[in-house]
Amino acid sequence: MSFFVETLVGGLLAGVMYSLVAIGFVLVFKASGVFNFAQGSMVLCAALTFVTLRDKGLDFWLAALITLSVMVVLGIAVERVVLRPLVNRPQITLFMATLGVSFMIEGVAQIAMGASVHELDLGIVDTPIEIGGVQVSQFDLAAAGTAGILVIALSIFFNKTRIGIALRAIADDPQAALSIGIRLQTLWQIVWGVAGFVSLVAGLLWGARQGVQFALTLVVLKALPVLIIGGFTSMAGAIVGGLIVGAGDSLAEIYLGSLLGGSVSTWFAYVLAVAFLLVRPAGLFGEAPIERI
Amino acid sequence: MTASQFLEVDNIEVLYSQAILALRGVSFRVEEGSIVALLGANGAGKTTTLKAISNLLASERGHLSRGAINWRGEITRALDPADLVARGVVQVLEGRHVFPQLTVEENLRSGGFVRRPSRRALADDLERIYTWFPRLRQRRGVRCGLTSGGEQQMVAIGRALMTRPTLVLLDEPSMGLAPIIVEEIFHIIRDLNRNEGVSFLLAEQNAHLVLQFADHGYVLENGKVAASGTAADLAERDDVAQFYLGAAAAGTAAVEPVQTTTV
Repeated sequence: MSFFVETLVGGLLAGVMYSLVAIGFVLVFKASGVFNFAQGSMVLCAALTFVTLRDKGLDFWLAALITLSVMVVLGIAVERVVLRPLVNRPQITLFMATLGVSFMIEGVAQIAMGASVHELDLGIVDTPIEIGGVQVSQFDLAAAGTAGILVIALSIFFNKTRIGIALRAIADDPQAALSIGIRLQTLWQIVWGVAGFVSLVAGLLWGARQGVQFALTLVVLKALPVLIIGGFTSMAGAIVGGLIVGAGDSLAEIYLGSLLGGSVSTWFAYVLAVAFLLVRPAGLFGEAPIERI
Repeated sequence: MTASQFLEVDNIEVLYSQAILALRGVSFRVEEGSIVALLGANGAGKTTTLKAISNLLASERGHLSRGAINWRGEITRALDPADLVARGVVQVLEGRHVFPQLTVEENLRSGGFVRRPSRRALADDLERIYTWFPRLRQRRGVRCGLTSGGEQQMVAIGRALMTRPTLVLLDEPSMGLAPIIVEEIFHIIRDLNRNEGVSFLLAEQNAHLVLQFADHGYVLENGKVAASGTAADLAERDDVAQFYLGAAAAGTAAVEPVQTTTV
């Protein structure tokens, strides 16, 4: 039993790491209806910039601050240079544009900062501690705490502040938002700036866990089932989806792995996502489209 | 024409996608404090005219290819839609266009953002809207997509009023609504006009109805002004009724407005 609980808790905490990436997607999607495939590259870019600055001997907070500015500027630049000229184009066009941006960021980051694997030390001790008879990784706990704070902050932002409500309005109906004097472009810049910030947080935690390497961009692929399960428009959904994927992955690996010949965790999340698409296409917490009949 | 202090549309042409000429020299004016009706069949250019005034054409790849629009003596060509809203011109889009996932109250509040009011002022304005549309107060916490068509039209108008406009461009307010709701909405429009001094430019297919409430009317046909006059004159003229408003307007006008009933 305690083995089961340990597997479950480990899975849940690992799932929060996926949630961190998924939150970045939700943010941009909620505000502009764009599925930003470049989110993974932005995560990598954040981690790589930070690590490069640290290797040059910069202080932790100074490096974090510079990286934050780089990411916010990058986010705003993507909006300004790539997406703004494509306003009013079909969704697939916007998606393809972000795919292109993703390769651009990866390529430029590689040229500028090299392709070698870096170690990233955030100063969080990673010795397991025992809580109620269960071994839990301290690092995972810190990551979960960070994700929790991020989600609460963003939920307040979207539901209580004027900018947040305006962003949701734009996501619902850009033309109507324009007609009542909401300045789309200013608000899109804000949201891309915030997306830059979120990718910094995700980049640091993922970088510390896996080492900063180009495989980091692949976390996007794991964030996808998280989004499908939780819903593309819900912060809470990103968290719950992450938890489900994390727990499902590790439990399936342990209990089904031997039956199915191992490596269950590489595909389990995607099968789960397909099941959700069939049963509940808007995800657990997504906004189901309201149709008038 | 002498320089108008309010809205003056001067010989405008609108081109969509560099190819389709939707307006071919439309001129008219709206005096401060009046209700002006813009009449005409589908495709006559009513919506295009309103969007030209509110500068919302760009989002549909349209632009003003000739002529000018004056708002209180200022040429509006270079202004953002948001600049115009801040100057008091707001459009209520055809088909209501509420934000379906936002609550009724969030919809209304979003209209206030352009002025950057204090928390207190925003709450006061909200209270004002609820006084005009008491029905919305009961529905304030409901997601707007789940409200009835009539309620959505009220939200759309209320949201526009939250910008504290001096001129409201209202596109087909009767579309898809039950006659009794349409009547209610038009009475609120008239009250707003008389008591708060808000001017309205109303695009409507239902001429019989709108001419009861308007001061002036312009009839559009194929992107041109085909007839104009006071509302009373237009309502009297047989040729207007027959040629521009459809022959049905003369006989069965009272029941003609309802296309589908969704309330």
